[in-house]
Amino acid sequence: MPYLLLTLLATLCFSVATYLQPQAASWSQRGQDSVMKILLGDGRRLLANHLFTKADIYFHSGYYPTIFDSAGPPKENHMADHEEHHEGEHEEEEENFMGKSRDWVDSFGRNFKVTKHTHLEHGREKEILPWLKLSAEMDPHLIDTYTVAAYWLANHLHKVPEAEQFLRDGLRENPKSYEILFALGRIYYNQNHDTERARNVWELALRRWREQETGKKEPDKIVFEEIVVNLGRLEEDQGSLSVAIKYYEEAKAVSPAPQNLQKQIDDLKRKLEPNPQAARQ
Amino acid sequence: MNIVSALAGIVVKELYRRKDFYVLFVLTALMTLIMGSINFFHDKSIAGYLKEGCLWLIWISGLVIAIVTTARQIPAERENRTIFPLLAKPVTRNQVVLGKFGGCWFATGIALVVFYLFFTIVAGTRENQWPIVNYLQALWLQWMMLAIVIALALFGSIVFAAPSSNSTICFVVVIGILLVGGHLDQVALRQPEPLRSIVYAIYFLIPHLEWYDVRQLVFFEQGLVPWVACALATLYAALYSAMILLATWIVFRRKSLNL
Repeated sequence: MPYLLLTLLATLCFSVATYLQPQAASWSQRGQDSVMKILLGDGRRLLANHLFTKADIYFHSGYYPTIFDSAGPPKENHMADHEEHHEGEHEEEEENFMGKSRDWVDSFGRNFKVTKHTHLEHGREKEILPWLKLSAEMDPHLIDTYTVAAYWLANHLHKVPEAEQFLRDGLRENPKSYEILFALGRIYYNQNHDTERARNVWELALRRWREQETGKKEPDKIVFEEIVVNLGRLEEDQGSLSVAIKYYEEAKAVSPAPQNLQKQIDDLKRKLEPNPQAARQ
Repeated sequence: MNIVSALAGIVVKELYRRKDFYVLFVLTALMTLIMGSINFFHDKSIAGYLKEGCLWLIWISGLVIAIVTTARQIPAERENRTIFPLLAKPVTRNQVVLGKFGGCWFATGIALVVFYLFFTIVAGTRENQWPIVNYLQALWLQWMMLAIVIALALFGSIVFAAPSSNSTICFVVVIGILLVGGHLDQVALRQPEPLRSIVYAIYFLIPHLEWYDVRQLVFFEQGLVPWVACALATLYAALYSAMILLATWIVFRRKSLNL
């Protein structure tokens, strides 16, 4: 009797499984969602932000304010714009988020934690990558994870194919992202020296920017400036000076330092002017 | 002293007869190896996340072994009524407290050595660096911290009715101290009086277990803790453990052993 009952239950289990399995596939939107998406739902986004912050903590070698410290996280994102980061400007301000020790417990406790503001360097920047990759897994729409990881992979760790692949993954998830397109173009231009592809990708990035940001109260001027300035440089290198001037003019309109761009425009205009000595000969 | 070490020996034997340690070790090893097998951009030398994950598991396992092993010592003796022949040997109650404490602490130390050996091998093979002194210092400080935790759990096993409630309370207190203990002064500053003074008093009263957590220094490769600070932290842990053990003995000597 127990064996019969066991067989009956096993048969029932099998039948229910064959009935439910096709439906289970449609519970997730495309039937291809990751286990994390099914398990965590929208909670993944919170986790993704935490993992992105974790990467920043790693970049600062653990020197990072907690929620109890009065200072917030570093204002400028060192990971994201290390290229433009000028050491020393904000360093002092952040250096001292711990302040003077408040009492003997705090003073003694500082022997056991990271109290020096340093950044990962000499290839150790790779330690931030797992957190960025996990962050992208958790929330594929967090654009910064792709651009930041690609920047470090391509510029500091010499892993250009991996950077390109990661950006392509990001682009698949966010086909309209002008930031990812811009980062991809940078790899084509700076690392692969593929001018044609870089131009195409940057022009697409510019088109996407215009589609999404034009008419907004506060458009993303920083990325716009980066796109047009890089397009300007590309055209200047290719000898299309009038096109380069057009891009620089656009950049000047949004730049916080338009005088530098004006100087570049003037130089290019001078080059475009016909040389009187050559004309006489 | 012989009686105390004999009692401690029994506790150590109990640890390797029970399955807790093996389960936790296999779980830690398995999870670490799974983490290590993940491919991040084809770079097999990335070790920070692995070290952090492994050390986190070691800390959790260390706490579980210390609290669970200690919490059941005296209640089990009372439940099985073996406490009566034990005390009739004659063994004094303070020897029982010291023996149980020493046994649990030593057993936890052995477990920690095995865990850190595994950690050293995993981290070393991954990044080809062997900062043994850093790891030994981390192990030592964690072991010192666990002395306070074990003393607390032993005290709880006399005060609370069941090992389960004792374990839960110990976990809540220890994790609470580890997470916010070092920041209570900052919290106090934002409170009105008299709450400010109360929070400040708690801040100076609690054992500062967070000092002993030097995992960040290990996985961010930030060097060693100054040896003087290490010695002072050891002294602090010894004094705190002694104080809690004394309190345990005071409560235990007046405690009725009948269930």
